[in-house]
Amino acid sequence: MRLRRFAGIACAIAGCLALAPASARSVVDSAGRTVDIPENIAKVFTAGPPASTLLYALAPRDMMGWVRAPRPEEKPYLMPAVRELPTLGRLTGRGDTLNLEQLLADKPDIIVDFGTIADTYKSLADRVQAQTGIPYLLIDGRFQNTPAAIRLLADILGVKERGEALAREAEQTFADVDGVLAKVPMDARPRVYMARGPEGLESGSRGSINTEIIERVGGVNVVEGLREKGGLVKTSLEQVIAWAPDTIVTLDKGFARGVAAKAEWKPVPAVASNRVFFAPELPFGFVDSPPSVNRLIGLTWLSHKLYPTQSPGDLRTQVRAFFHLFYQVDPNDDELGRLLDGAGG
Amino acid sequence: MNLPRTFVLLAALLIAVAIVAAGVGPYRIPPLEVVRAVWQRASGGDVPGAVGTVLFNIRLPRVLAAAVVGAALSAAGAAYQSLFRNPLVSPDILGVSTGAGLGAVVGILFGLPVALIQLLGFAGGLTTVFIVAALARTLRGGGDILVLVLAGIVVGALAGAAISLVKVLADPYDQLPAITFWLLGSLAGVKSSDVAVTTLIVLAGLAPIILFRWRIGVLSLGDDEARALGVEVRRLRGLVIAAATLITSAVVAISGVIGWVGLMVPLMARLLVGPRFDRLLPASILLGAGFMIAVDTLARSAAKIEIPLGVLTAVIGGPVFVWLLARGRDRGVR
Repeated sequence: MRLRRFAGIACAIAGCLALAPASARSVVDSAGRTVDIPENIAKVFTAGPPASTLLYALAPRDMMGWVRAPRPEEKPYLMPAVRELPTLGRLTGRGDTLNLEQLLADKPDIIVDFGTIADTYKSLADRVQAQTGIPYLLIDGRFQNTPAAIRLLADILGVKERGEALAREAEQTFADVDGVLAKVPMDARPRVYMARGPEGLESGSRGSINTEIIERVGGVNVVEGLREKGGLVKTSLEQVIAWAPDTIVTLDKGFARGVAAKAEWKPVPAVASNRVFFAPELPFGFVDSPPSVNRLIGLTWLSHKLYPTQSPGDLRTQVRAFFHLFYQVDPNDDELGRLLDGAGG
Repeated sequence: MNLPRTFVLLAALLIAVAIVAAGVGPYRIPPLEVVRAVWQRASGGDVPGAVGTVLFNIRLPRVLAAAVVGAALSAAGAAYQSLFRNPLVSPDILGVSTGAGLGAVVGILFGLPVALIQLLGFAGGLTTVFIVAALARTLRGGGDILVLVLAGIVVGALAGAAISLVKVLADPYDQLPAITFWLLGSLAGVKSSDVAVTTLIVLAGLAPIILFRWRIGVLSLGDDEARALGVEVRRLRGLVIAAATLITSAVVAISGVIGWVGLMVPLMARLLVGPRFDRLLPASILLGAGFMIAVDTLARSAAKIEIPLGVLTAVIGGPVFVWLLARGRDRGVR
């Protein structure tokens, strides 16, 4: 029994190795690895939530499933075709929930990971590729790299036209924010604290992938990092008061609702002046979780929140257009209201 | 050093540490201003502005919370070490911290408000030890301490496995960091209302331990000897376990899991005042409170970000403990 299973895997690996060169072309991924990929790709396995979101935006028909199946409240904001796709598990670093045999049984054409390019992930990609024979591509997930990342995956998947449209929109979003920032003098830029966790005392330090968007929108992240690249940190209320942020962006609905009533948060200027913004989280988070193309609309949203007079256009119209282009859904007024005003955002 | 002097010294040390802690923090308040604000508040006035909020809503509750947590874990540890007749026992031997951790982690997974997460932690700790006690009772009529410890290990391992499962299921971007930070222990989010409730529960749990300190001391002689001296061993043991569990669950619910303190502080106290429980208990309480305030002050002011308490207790406590051990051996007080 076991022997047969092993033999099956061996055949599968041999099959992939034998088949791959026949109709292959090679691409260079963001880590500089040259990877041979099949000409026609129809099934893509995504290693983590950022890659899932990127794939959904570019080529939803190539999706095999989600890292975590969509929750009921998220489903109205997703295309009907992908709402019921199964949970497949994740493959990136922080505790795999995926079995390699299962991966082989599902027979993806390629595996894509979208995020930090580090030697850990590079070696993981090499190992999984060697073990399974499935081409494994790494795409740089830094926010500024979004247009290039979209173009790279679009090229790999053979959906260049759609990729170009999305990449242009990404570039336009960045350009719009730069236009707004040109009108806002340095000393008028907000000092932002990103509150995460149920108590609002977790945050990301400067340079972390979780808070990139704050710096991109011209804000100063008050959380100085201990390491150059930053990461998630735990802090204390006294420290937040000492940092004196004038703006708080939060990912936690409970925190956003309750903070105004908490006496101990009163000395924080952002709370005193009622500048606590809850980032919308449907179907994907607007400012983080996951750090992927969903942050583009988060950038527009933040620009409107931080610079209401300088930001061009109407936020609702822009959200509608983004959802139409990237997520291929048209939320009705009700859904849009729930999305944007759900928690006083 | 004679005994009364040791206790006076420990108390003085605790007070000194508390005063220093009240003056230190990322929000700079000059020492004189701290004294003035405390005086103003004590004489019925109100301290306006950020200084008042930082001092009375954030920093002092946290110092008090640290004292309560340290004292509670140390007292529970001392009681268990006498009860199990083994100085290597910590309050977690029956799985209380792991159970509390599981409760809280489930709360985080379901995105519950903080108060409910704390309540679940408290309930998780109590439930776990209740299951352990019931299991031991079914297996061996509740008479055997070894069965009790083994049941604790088994149930604790189960709870630990459940925590790991929750971690795997949690959202890696939101919930997993929150769970990790919680399991490392921190007093960063403590509020005065938390401290008030916890202090009441801890006092309720400490009362029987203090009242029965003589009999608990007799327990450390062995069950038969204790029985010969007229102690109802089984009932007393049940009472001590209930009290220690109550205390530990209450503090773990607000602080997260903090290792080492409940094991190390009673051992330090033993090196200072000897193994007699009626002396060991007050010494552990004083030492534990002072130690925890010092550690928490470091945790909140050594860096711009919080350093987990579980990390600091081990890093600071380890060397101090080795030093005390070496000193104790020189003087033959082991």
